[in-house]
Amino acid sequence: MTRLARYGHGVDTGVSIPFTFDGKPYCGHPGDTLASALQANGVRVMGRSFKYHRPRGVLSADSTEPNALMEIGTGAERLPNTRATTQELFEGLSARSQNRWPSLGWDVMALNDMLSPFFGAGFYYKTFMWPASFWEKLYEPLIRRAAGLGRLSGLPDPARYDKATAHCDLLVIGAGPAGLMAALTAGRAGKRVILAEEEPLVGGRLNGEAIEIGGHSGLDWASGIRDELQSLPNVTLMLRTTVTGAYDGGTYGALQRVADHVPNPAEAPRQTFWNIVARHALLTSGAHERMIAFANNDRPGVMLGSAVRTYLHRFGVVPGQRVAVFTNNNDGWRTARDLLDAGVTVTALIDTRADAVPDLDCPVMTGAQVVNTAGRLGLERLTVAHSDGSRTQVNANVLAVSGGWNPALHLGSHMGARPVWRDDIAAFVPAGDGVPGLRAAGAAHGDFSTHAALQNGAQLAADLFGQDLPDIPQAEDAPTTITPFWHVAGKRAWLDFQNDVTVKDVQLAHRENFRSVEHMKRYTTLGMATDQGKHANVPALAIMAELTGQSISDTGTTIYRPPYTPVQIGALAGRQKGAHFAPERRSPAHAVALKAGAKWVDAGLWKRASLFPARDEKYWRQTCDREVLMVRNNVGVCDVSTLGKIEVLGPDALTLLDRVYATGLATLAQNRVRYALMLREDGLVMDDGTVTRLGQAHYLLSTTTGAAGQVLSHLEFCAQCLWPELDVQIAAVSDQWAQFAIAGPKARTALEGLLDGAVDLPFMGYAPVRIGGVDARLFRISYSGELGYELAVPARFGAALFATLIKRVASLGGGAYGLEALNVLRIEKGFLTHAEIDGRVTLDDLGFGRMGAAKEDFIGQEMAHRPGLGGLQLVGVKPAGVVRQLTGGALLFDLEDAPVRENMRGHTTSVAFSPVLGHMIGLALLQDGRARIGEQLRMVDHVRDVTTICEVVSPVFIEQTGGQGNG
Amino acid sequence: MRIDCPNCGMRDSGEFTYLGAASLMNRPTGGAGFHAYVNLRDNPAGEHAELWQHSAGCRAWLRVVRNVSSHRVLAVELAREVAR
Ligand SMILES: [Zn+2]
Repeated sequence: MTRLARYGHGVDTGVSIPFTFDGKPYCGHPGDTLASALQANGVRVMGRSFKYHRPRGVLSADSTEPNALMEIGTGAERLPNTRATTQELFEGLSARSQNRWPSLGWDVMALNDMLSPFFGAGFYYKTFMWPASFWEKLYEPLIRRAAGLGRLSGLPDPARYDKATAHCDLLVIGAGPAGLMAALTAGRAGKRVILAEEEPLVGGRLNGEAIEIGGHSGLDWASGIRDELQSLPNVTLMLRTTVTGAYDGGTYGALQRVADHVPNPAEAPRQTFWNIVARHALLTSGAHERMIAFANNDRPGVMLGSAVRTYLHRFGVVPGQRVAVFTNNNDGWRTARDLLDAGVTVTALIDTRADAVPDLDCPVMTGAQVVNTAGRLGLERLTVAHSDGSRTQVNANVLAVSGGWNPALHLGSHMGARPVWRDDIAAFVPAGDGVPGLRAAGAAHGDFSTHAALQNGAQLAADLFGQDLPDIPQAEDAPTTITPFWHVAGKRAWLDFQNDVTVKDVQLAHRENFRSVEHMKRYTTLGMATDQGKHANVPALAIMAELTGQSISDTGTTIYRPPYTPVQIGALAGRQKGAHFAPERRSPAHAVALKAGAKWVDAGLWKRASLFPARDEKYWRQTCDREVLMVRNNVGVCDVSTLGKIEVLGPDALTLLDRVYATGLATLAQNRVRYALMLREDGLVMDDGTVTRLGQAHYLLSTTTGAAGQVLSHLEFCAQCLWPELDVQIAAVSDQWAQFAIAGPKARTALEGLLDGAVDLPFMGYAPVRIGGVDARLFRISYSGELGYELAVPARFGAALFATLIKRVASLGGGAYGLEALNVLRIEKGFLTHAEIDGRVTLDDLGFGRMGAAKEDFIGQEMAHRPGLGGLQLVGVKPAGVVRQLTGGALLFDLEDAPVRENMRGHTTSVAFSPVLGHMIGLALLQDGRARIGEQLRMVDHVRDVTTICEVVSPVFIEQTGGQGNG
Repeated sequence: MRIDCPNCGMRDSGEFTYLGAASLMNRPTGGAGFHAYVNLRDNPAGEHAELWQHSAGCRAWLRVVRNVSSHRVLAVELAREVAR
């Protein structure tokens, strides 16, 4: 099929673009959509419907399209459910139809259509109810196979996506006559304007009409305005950009299709998702034409009248030689007139209004209705019923239907506001204050004439910014003349094309008492497909109103939620996927650990070294055991930079800390360290760590790696919200200091000669030291029970110090150790982590029952003593029978009890193999645990299927010896 | 949602961390009030005074009055100023 001469302003017929559809090659032109190019090539069937697999063609020429959904691209880049009406053609585009097998022309599942009497509304609810056990095995797989339109590739999406933020004084949503005038008015006033347009060109409906503005063609007028807008530095025109959501605080989501129309986008993202923050916004999104429901109105060739005009004017395509028009308002006349002007044969104009007097040079039937259509895989003829009861057959392969217009009001409902029905235009309009800061103008507001759009757009923008109204060019100002007409009585008249919902389904919902619009929607699935019922909702509730004898206003409407059109998850994720899903935190000594052969483990956002395997070690346990014994017998060095570090300074620092920690700190002398716990206000333990008194009114806290942020926020909350009178400053210094533990009997030797001065610290002592002239901090603390130091230097010296320490301990026969060994060492000593401090334990549970008893008031003190709190006490467990395995998170039972949940006595929290003891050990929380030391229990891990007889022991597995810890 | 931090100006809610009702600022001094302080909260479908921290900004704790149905922010104050 060729293009009409003098038509098709949107396509460049001088250039041909090859593409394929279902493997077959075709040609189109730059400016084509996939839908226009296919129609120009005579392709009518573009998909199969969801439930009945009926052949379907193009209905619309915009993003509301329910039928022509395709898979674009191949392999990992395949994108399903793409609307052929918005997909711009590019060289080499490969499209496939969906929901058909084996081919579009012959689809096996079309059998469903024969069985349609059984597949009506509520079919799933009625059929797949019983027995319950059939759901998982039979019904769900069955439904899943039958359901769904396009197929995902199942492969990672290789495309790039971006996220971006923009700010403006005025966001204009839609660049039709109203939007262009609004943007121009605000732009000329110097305001920052973003004009977002879904299509690749400005003008809106002007692109599909023969409308004049100010004596010029509407197109020339629109491009003139576009040129002026683009010359204004304060105006940003965003084409191919759909505003998808309206949110609180003047924020809007918008999807920009940056490279969906480009064959080889190279570095460009496929799409960018924008967060637009706008002081004001105007909804100038126009209106969507409605279908009329009549028997077999889903046959390919039955289209919206406005779409037929768009294909004619913008693309130069008439998708058939003989066109009929079916209308309930004067818009249908416009379709017939434009087609006649183009020399197209109009075989009939069928107007439902008996009193209509169209002045057209074609057969006119007034007071008439289309009652059926016929044709194999596409429209060939239709049956018209006249008011006197007689019937006529009309030959047509295109039927242009005009059922009136629905304002594109969706964004106005995104914060929950219900649209308002207007009888005079037979349509819903957006509620005035539905989204603060958002106002509608033009057709989106129910003012359908071109003049009204120009006037309203300019007026609203002028009012917002206190500007004078610019000159409004002359344009048509026809009043809306519609007699509501929703459906023709008869069989199988489609409302929702995508979800296959007919008038009969709405009638069934009514009979079965699913009459509220919300119930009807869910019972019939009307409006629940990817087009969100943009065509189906209003006719369906008009029919429900008819059936219930209520007005449409009283029947009400469902509301709309974001997104306005489907948004790929990839676009919402932007670059935050894979390794970029979250930032990665690395210790200052990361590179040194890497060079030393570290294996890594994630600890929150941190990468921590878990093991430093020696060359001959094949299994992680070999490495872990060696590292543990190295610390116990010799010396090891471990990067503990990830621990949270917070400095608290000021005259009232002690007062604050004494109220925050359960541990008494008043007696903490300068240059001393104390192990300390803090509670939540509900009396449960929040975190543990150390408090070091660096100076008279200067403290340094350490927190566990994972709780650093929470503890900092908590301290700031206490200082700002509870006790603002305290003169205290809080500074997070975790990133400022690199810190290393040096542990083992030879720890002191390892440090000798490293520091500028002697190393002589008591247990739990602190000293400011210098290393090569650099200020450093030395702590005599131990998380392993061995003689231990922690040495901190400014972060930029961390790598150098770690390398030096590794060299020093190596010369003594030691080495670096990782998180695995650190964990074994602390379990052997019964030291805590957040596996034990799990948000459910009290001080007493952990064996610190007397802590804080002498204090006046601290966070959590009051609630720590409420009745019923706690009861699971920290103990150790070790295997006592034939099975030697312990697992973390396993349940503990009395020997005589059945291992079922109600008999549970406690659970294991941390387990490890102790190379010193030669068997597994575990920490556990156990009812009355301290009283049960020496008894036997059954540990059952129902997940890993392990049952072990254990003995309850002290949580300290390795007693202190002369050379260790506090020696 | 956007919150107008008294220190930093209007910022996206993503920069802030929510804690809970602003009643958390009224910590009791005696024992009796703690049950209500820790456990009891109003749950209005409308205006609600809350604590937010500008955690990705100046780290100030803020007392924010917000309509939880519409997310409209009605007032923002520095919690330190309110507590004084
Ligand atoms: Zn701030």
